[in-house]
Amino acid sequence: MKRFVYINDESYQNDYCDNQISNTKYTLWNFLPKNLWEQFRRFMNQYFLLIACLQLWSLITPVNPASTWGPLIVIFAVSATKEAWDDYNRYISDKQANEKKVWIVKNGARKHIQAQDIRVGNIVWIRENEEVPCDLVLTGTSEPQGICHVETAALDGEIDLKTRVIPTTCIGLDSEQLHKIKGVIECPIPDKDIRRFDANIRLFPPFIDNDICPLTINNTLLQSCYLRNTEWACGVAVYTGNETKLGMSRGVPEPKLTAMDAMIDKLTGAIFLFQLAVVVVLGSAGNVWKDTEARKQWYVKYDDDEPWYQILVIPLRFELLCSIMIPISIKVSLDFVKSMYAKFIDWDEEIYDQETDTPAHAANTAISEDLGQVEYILTDKTGTLTENKMIFRRCCIAGTLYGNESGDALKDIELLNAVADNSPHVIKFLTVMALCNTVIPIKSPSGTISYKAQSQDEDALVNAASNLHVVLVSKNGNNAEIHFNRRVIQYEILDILEFTSDRKRMSIVISDSQSGKIFLLSKGADEAILPLAYCGQQIKTFVDAVDKYAQLGLRTLCLGWRELSLEEYLEWSRLFKEANSALVDREWKVAEVCQKLEHTLDILGISAIEDRLQDGVPETIEILRQSGINFWMLTGDKQSTAIQIALLCNLISSEPKGQLLYINGKTEDEVARSLERVLLTMRITSSEPKELAFVVDGWALEIILTRYKEAFTELAVLSKTAICCRVTPSQKAQLVKLLKSCDYRTLAIGDGGNDVRMIQQAHIGVGISGREGLQAARAADYSIGKFRFLKRLILVHGRYSYNRTAFLSQYSFYKSLLICFIQILFSFVSGIAGTSLFNSVSLMAYNVFYTSIPVLTTVLDKDLSEKTVTQNPEILLYCQAGRLLNPSTFAGWFGRSLYHAIVVFLITIHAYANEKSEMEELSMVALSGSIWLQAFVVTLEMR
Amino acid sequence: AASPAPRSARAPSLPESTAEAAGAGRAARGVYRGPERRGGGGVAAAWGMMMDGSAAGTSNGGSGADGDAARRNNTRMPKYSKFTQQELPACKPILTPKWVVSVFFLVGVVFVPVGVVSLLAAQDVVEIIDRYDHACVPPNMTDNKLAYIKNDTISKECTRILTVTKEMKQPIYVYYQLDNFYQNHRRYVKSRNDAQLRDYKKSNTTTSCDPERFTADGKPIVPCGLIAWSLFNDTYSFTRGKENLTVNKKDISWKSDREHKFAKNVYPSNFQNGALIGGKKLNSSIPLSEQEDLIVWMRTAALPTFRKLYGRIYVDLKANDTITVRLSNNYNTYSFGGKKKLVLSTATWLGGKNDFLGFAYLIVGGLCIFLAFAFTLLYLIKPRKLGDHNYLSWNRHPAGR
Repeated sequence: MKRFVYINDESYQNDYCDNQISNTKYTLWNFLPKNLWEQFRRFMNQYFLLIACLQLWSLITPVNPASTWGPLIVIFAVSATKEAWDDYNRYISDKQANEKKVWIVKNGARKHIQAQDIRVGNIVWIRENEEVPCDLVLTGTSEPQGICHVETAALDGEIDLKTRVIPTTCIGLDSEQLHKIKGVIECPIPDKDIRRFDANIRLFPPFIDNDICPLTINNTLLQSCYLRNTEWACGVAVYTGNETKLGMSRGVPEPKLTAMDAMIDKLTGAIFLFQLAVVVVLGSAGNVWKDTEARKQWYVKYDDDEPWYQILVIPLRFELLCSIMIPISIKVSLDFVKSMYAKFIDWDEEIYDQETDTPAHAANTAISEDLGQVEYILTDKTGTLTENKMIFRRCCIAGTLYGNESGDALKDIELLNAVADNSPHVIKFLTVMALCNTVIPIKSPSGTISYKAQSQDEDALVNAASNLHVVLVSKNGNNAEIHFNRRVIQYEILDILEFTSDRKRMSIVISDSQSGKIFLLSKGADEAILPLAYCGQQIKTFVDAVDKYAQLGLRTLCLGWRELSLEEYLEWSRLFKEANSALVDREWKVAEVCQKLEHTLDILGISAIEDRLQDGVPETIEILRQSGINFWMLTGDKQSTAIQIALLCNLISSEPKGQLLYINGKTEDEVARSLERVLLTMRITSSEPKELAFVVDGWALEIILTRYKEAFTELAVLSKTAICCRVTPSQKAQLVKLLKSCDYRTLAIGDGGNDVRMIQQAHIGVGISGREGLQAARAADYSIGKFRFLKRLILVHGRYSYNRTAFLSQYSFYKSLLICFIQILFSFVSGIAGTSLFNSVSLMAYNVFYTSIPVLTTVLDKDLSEKTVTQNPEILLYCQAGRLLNPSTFAGWFGRSLYHAIVVFLITIHAYANEKSEMEELSMVALSGSIWLQAFVVTLEMR
Repeated sequence: AASPAPRSARAPSLPESTAEAAGAGRAARGVYRGPERRGGGGVAAAWGMMMDGSAAGTSNGGSGADGDAARRNNTRMPKYSKFTQQELPACKPILTPKWVVSVFFLVGVVFVPVGVVSLLAAQDVVEIIDRYDHACVPPNMTDNKLAYIKNDTISKECTRILTVTKEMKQPIYVYYQLDNFYQNHRRYVKSRNDAQLRDYKKSNTTTSCDPERFTADGKPIVPCGLIAWSLFNDTYSFTRGKENLTVNKKDISWKSDREHKFAKNVYPSNFQNGALIGGKKLNSSIPLSEQEDLIVWMRTAALPTFRKLYGRIYVDLKANDTITVRLSNNYNTYSFGGKKKLVLSTATWLGGKNDFLGFAYLIVGGLCIFLAFAFTLLYLIKPRKLGDHNYLSWNRHPAGR
């Protein structure tokens, strides 16, 4: 399916929707029915409504219907108001966006219109620092090279500036021509992939040649991005309104339900069944008693010929009498305490990161209890365990290892001397470091140069090169300028062969402006580059260096280069353009073509970059593991680095204490055998006090997840620790899903866009607002500044939340059951007719003022001090295993309420026998008895 | 917990001493907190200044937007308060054996005397109970009591002789006691309209009075409802030898009822006019607030066995006095097998004759003292060190996780 956009042509514009954005859930008219419908989808609400409706029948209601309708309406009104307020805010912000004035070209002249009136095909003009109103294909910018810079933070959370270029066919059009431009853009139907835009453009005569020109995401300005550092830009609207990439990717994430909520729901169901049983038993007993006894009691004056429904009256009365068993207050109380837990996390000073000025934030206010029940933590490595602050530490150039003694190549005299001596290998190495990247140098007025890089590795390399006097000074469009020892070298960047996670390398084709020679510069993972070395090059030293660096926990990149002949380049360039304008399978085709150029490289050397562990990571992991949480490390990094980091941060222990089991292999059979072996070892040694961990890489994992899922599940259950390296984002999510399917509570923590899927998949997603942007933090339920805060989040906030909710929910049932059991007991002395001992006012007062409101102080309850908990992390086991809220604890509370009800009732009726036997007195005495007793329970249980 | 709450003794595996130590640590930290707080603020302020100073220069980390936000608010550091940091003062008493034993002992020591005093008070009360519903049926009708009570032509007069067993000081309360009479039946207890009784303007409102709302010709009944309709109508008069013992029927109802719930200007009307007569008829020239029998009756009993005050006799009775009671046995309890009893009773400060409270106090008190001793013994025989980490559940069963 394709969409054809005719530029500047009014006649086709009505085929697509206008640019009106609508994020609202309701309209003015459907708000009430739709909102009520949504609210009544919950079982509890249906139940309460049924009870409230039954109470309207005065024959059966034991209490004033207002006592149920009142709270019910308040609850509904509160949540409806909240929804309405949220929706109204969305409406206002939509309206603001829709009514924002933008410049478009209409009939050859620029006009100022509201953003919502933009139609597909319109040319939209944007000035610096303005927001892009819809998805545009760039046609012109103020910069002569045809580039502009955008900030895409609202789209993907990345805060660096991205360069966007106009399609080659539009280069050189002046603004006059841009008003008249006509043409057609062929693009896919709207989708939500913000990294892909496989389209092409053809301008109609008289505008230059009418060749088809390919378009990529680099030629677009997407809605909600900001134009930066560029005076103006203009483009053709291709997707508008809710059909933009942003609009399409908007979605309601599935609400997460905590294990506790599920348990409370289950217990509510059990209570409901119990209630039905009571109703059936007492209802029939009541009917029997009525027919055998009550009819003899002339003063009750039963009619002899009653309507048929009279048989239902007594059971229904009991239903209403018992309806308080499921307290309305529980929902309100739980909502309240849950939002308080979230606030406490937001407010907590001790998990505020001073360095980056980020307080912790609970985006999802409903799942704090799950934090206390985490059993598996799946963690990303880079940026999560480590600081993601890349520093160039060592390198190996042409067989010489630099930076071995001091641990810092930049201070290695030998390297500095080599640079000073113009050692050709070193210079080539540094040139590749400075050029083979997508870094944008930005010159400040004072003359200092700073770099905007999408990848921290590239940033480290460019900075290191500039420290070694090969300074990337500017990059204007296709021209790059390098200063080396006061010499200025100009390069023209011909092509960029971009990095993808499949290729694991990136290359750049440049031509030296002086000599006109063309070079291919490549950098990438060792296994992606080293096999491309030209025949006869000795790569053993490099392999050794890679191993050595990996053992030190350094990230290695392999750098290579090759000179290209003009003919070879031109031939290849044609293929490359072709592949780039393909509409189907573009990525694959481009990769194919790239491969044709990247071969017989001259390997220059290895760079080793250090990514330091964050503060407190080993301690945090140690404590969390003591508390019985299992750790899995999922990383895209290579095996040796991953293991090294795992050793450094206490995740695994070295030999005698621990043992690593490798699952590897290239073919299915090998992997299967390896898996079998590991599983066997795991089974045998599971009783020994030895820390076992398994290591698996992405390739083997792929085979395992498709073919040997069962065996792997068994392994996952047996193994407390695992390291999965070279895994893709979707594999991360699959692993989370696998653990979830074994009924484990999982927490996924990560910092980058590649962790988003795992974060969304896990029961709890924690994002670290780090250097890789806010994407993970945005998708997460909790965002924190540093990994070490996880300890406090789980042990303090999670544990307290669990304990408090466990108490509050069970107490809510206890106090309702207490009063309900008294009512039931009373019915045995009142002819099983369903008389309510308590009047409406006392019931309501009991439920609200005496019990529900006072017990909310439980949000401040701390059973043990924070210090005790962190000193004895094993205590978390109680929460993890759900020891405080499960059917047996609930049975305890149930029994307690029954026992208390019997005690209160018996004492009351015996103390108030004979001449003192009077309804109102008795009811007040029983009520105050219950109030005192439940208050005593609260004081006893809160610690 | 904000409230002083004893820690439960049910969780002996918790690290008591660490909790205590942590409590101490907490206090220490509270003291330490002050300077640290100021220090933190200082750092934040200095940081803010630094940010301002470096605004002109370029920095590698953080985008402009971040810098702006930081400068605007200075810092996003959460505001400190004891509430937000969950550091409100709390009292955490630990239930040590000493505490538990002394609390139990104290409760026992208080409860036992209270129980003894209540029992003695209840013993002082003299009570004469006479069941007459059976005895007042003529011997020839004992097989068909229902026919007896329903037959208006048979005289319901009856005489009972009571002997005073112990001296009874005035005032002597005269109660009638009904057994197996469900004044608390839902249909019965709801069948009244309080507005009607309280306000003469609302004498026509008879909602919820079903099935005694209107007369056959549709006039509203005052007082309406089953309760009023079934008003108790046995009467008693007492003589000692030749001496008439007057029963004072004044002030037998609650003062608040007379003054607020039953109006002075509401008169009975259309009452007991139906085909089926329930109980006593009311004099329609006397306002409801003075119909004290009705007021007493309408305070419904919560239990199927109850006593209601009939009146008081302001005469001292001596032991072995014989009292002749002349009663009219009108009220039908035969249809449902209820009992009717006449009760003469004195009262003490604790009310009537009811041993329950005394026994309850004695039993609870006794149990507490027993437990106090049992715990003391247990503590002496098998003492446990407070806060012994070996009792922690994960230390006891290291493999139990």
